[in-house]
Amino acid sequence: MPQPLNYLKETASQTAGPYVHIGLIPAMAGFDIFEKNFSNVLVTPNTEGERITLEGKVLDGTGTPLRDVLLEIWQANASGRYNHPADRSAGALEQAFRGWGRAGSDFESGLVTFETIKPGAITDKAGRTCAPHVNVWIVARGINIGLNTRLYFSDEEAANAADPVLNLIEQPSRRGTLIAKRGERAGKVVYSFTINLQGPEETVFFDV
Amino acid sequence: MNAQAPALRDPRLNRPEPLTPPLGDGGFFQRDRSIHPPAHAPGYKSSVLRSPRQALLSLENSISEITGPVFGHNDLGPLDNDLIRNYAKDGDPVGERIIVHGRVLDETGRGVPNTLVEFWQANAGGRYRHKKDTYLAPIDPNFGGCGRALTDDTGYYYFRTVKPGPYPWRNYVNSWRPAHIHFSVFGSGFAQRLITQMYFEGDPLIPICPILTTIPDKDALDRLVAPLDLNASTPFDSLAYRFDIVLRGQRSTYFENRTAGN
Repeated sequence: MPQPLNYLKETASQTAGPYVHIGLIPAMAGFDIFEKNFSNVLVTPNTEGERITLEGKVLDGTGTPLRDVLLEIWQANASGRYNHPADRSAGALEQAFRGWGRAGSDFESGLVTFETIKPGAITDKAGRTCAPHVNVWIVARGINIGLNTRLYFSDEEAANAADPVLNLIEQPSRRGTLIAKRGERAGKVVYSFTINLQGPEETVFFDV
Repeated sequence: MNAQAPALRDPRLNRPEPLTPPLGDGGFFQRDRSIHPPAHAPGYKSSVLRSPRQALLSLENSISEITGPVFGHNDLGPLDNDLIRNYAKDGDPVGERIIVHGRVLDETGRGVPNTLVEFWQANAGGRYRHKKDTYLAPIDPNFGGCGRALTDDTGYYYFRTVKPGPYPWRNYVNSWRPAHIHFSVFGSGFAQRLITQMYFEGDPLIPICPILTTIPDKDALDRLVAPLDLNASTPFDSLAYRFDIVLRGQRSTYFENRTAGN
């Protein structure tokens, strides 16, 4: 017998369940408990960058919006830098911009929104430029292990065409499932997205 | 508030030495999906329409996955890890008083320091304080059912609560969830993000739970069951359960490939 390696095993995932709001967004469950709460608003008045609203739905295999889903996003700032010690890239760090937020879908419409800024392009370890994107993590009742996907921006056509991750997707038609569409409403920039869990338009999910 | 109840104290008997090997900044170890429930697990009916059918696209970790949000004590309030006190209005909540404690580790056995752990649960009667929960067991006016903690420099966390009750749910006509506490853990990178559930040693509902049995690996299932930890209990006050959580390990970058721009 060779020497044992003795690595531990990752703890198994379990669904977040229908009452995920209690733990992660108690105000949505209907009560107030913490002094400080996390939210879907990533920006403060001092945050650098273009203000945007990310707005979308997650659809099940029948095309019905999930009304008990929770999304988290993780993104770089407008200079393309993540607020984390492992990011030692050249972009300016903004301590006040954590780059993370969470949102539950509306109990009626299923709509999920984030108030954030458009992230900058990122330089990867190989020196390649990655198109601006937001990392998305999805949990809900019926989702046994959190789903990872990304949102790119429709007005970044050239950057998206050169993006090393989008280009990993074999079928060009599926790349579009990750692209949020830019629009305007009442003078505000709104990017709309749809995440399809199943079906011909199934969103690309990553094994990260 | 009950003035007689003693304050919550760190229940550790032997505090482990801090572990301080350098953190790698390579990607995380490949996730062993054979120990996780599959997305499509028909015995848990809600998964049928909510499970992707295409293969996941394997993504070598980039800076987007290696990094993740950083939290600090400023994000928390002083009672956030005390579910007996953090929603108390005119007394303590009803139920078995328990302490839940353990370490957040990675697959190399290293403690994950300063990481956010969030937890939520039903009350002792199996009812959630949630506007969508209509189970006939009553809401406890003194129990919110959620809390959070930051691990210390060794990855250790603890909180105090009451033991949640089992409750019925619509899967089969007579499906009951074993008593459980939901956990959300961050780790140092977004690719370590994990939500799971902790169960209690000896619960007869464990082997027949359609959600628990989505886990294909018997050992992985057993690792979600917290043993009674009598040594960490507080005599004449609270029992204790021990629950360690393991997140993915991170590769070290011993030799950097020469890359463009370096």
